[in-house]
Amino acid sequence: MAAPSSSMHQHDLPHVLAVDDNLIDRKLVEKLLRNSSCKVTTAENGPRALELLGLTSGGQNSMNGRSKVNLVITDYCMPGMTGYELLKKIKESSVMKEVPVVIMSSENIPTRINKCLEEGAQMFILKPLKQSDVKKLTCQLMN
Amino acid sequence: MDGLVQLQKQLVDYTASLFHEGFLDEQFNQLQQLQDESNPDFVVEVVTLFFEDAERLLNELSKTLGQPSIDFKKLDAHVHQLKGSSSSIGAQRVHRVCISFRNSCEEQNVEGCLKNLQQVTHEYSLVKSKLETLLRMEQQILAAGG
Repeated sequence: MAAPSSSMHQHDLPHVLAVDDNLIDRKLVEKLLRNSSCKVTTAENGPRALELLGLTSGGQNSMNGRSKVNLVITDYCMPGMTGYELLKKIKESSVMKEVPVVIMSSENIPTRINKCLEEGAQMFILKPLKQSDVKKLTCQLMN
Repeated sequence: MDGLVQLQKQLVDYTASLFHEGFLDEQFNQLQQLQDESNPDFVVEVVTLFFEDAERLLNELSKTLGQPSIDFKKLDAHVHQLKGSSSSIGAQRVHRVCISFRNSCEEQNVEGCLKNLQQVTHEYSLVKSKLETLLRMEQQILAAGG
């Protein structure tokens, strides 16, 4: 989980939840987001992400509502719960459905992209992620 | 100071050759640009994670291909991971072999998979050695006051 930077007021920064089963990609997306002045929490799978968002019954919400999530960015291809399934669960919840969800994928498959956009994903980004991608999405989605 | 300038030039030349030979691509530049005062070891950290992840996956691939009945879905899942990691750090040649490897998995082509495993192991060991050299050169520069 992200360690707060001492030079910034953490509660003023947008808070992003980044979900990816790949360790390298998690580290990369975290750094890219921090460079765009975001507070970042990472999760390695859908169920953990739902826990952190407080969307599982009886689950531990380790963010305890003190740090509202402003954006969820998730990988599409994950074992168990895919990014698409996570998107659906978020959009189905009364509490979190307004939160923008961005899907990332290494594969440029139009039917996949359309499926996600139709389900309410705000954006679909191709991997590997670059700084310009992340700057664009934070500008567009959190201002 | 002359020694430092020499080292820096060597690093620039070496890095350029890695790009030229296709070992690394633009994504590696992205990583280097992410390194800053708040994260001075970012590249080393990510590259180290990649080495650990890749070695684990290569072991898994070898094990899976060694089974009497090959689980191609499992094989594909591991290759997918390696493909993702190598792409994210800019290890272009490893990434390219992974693409072929996924095709072999899809076709359930055992011979193809065995060949791809050999290729990806080879490409990985090449890029690992080159990245280690590159990182060592960077360390030398830092030590020399650069």
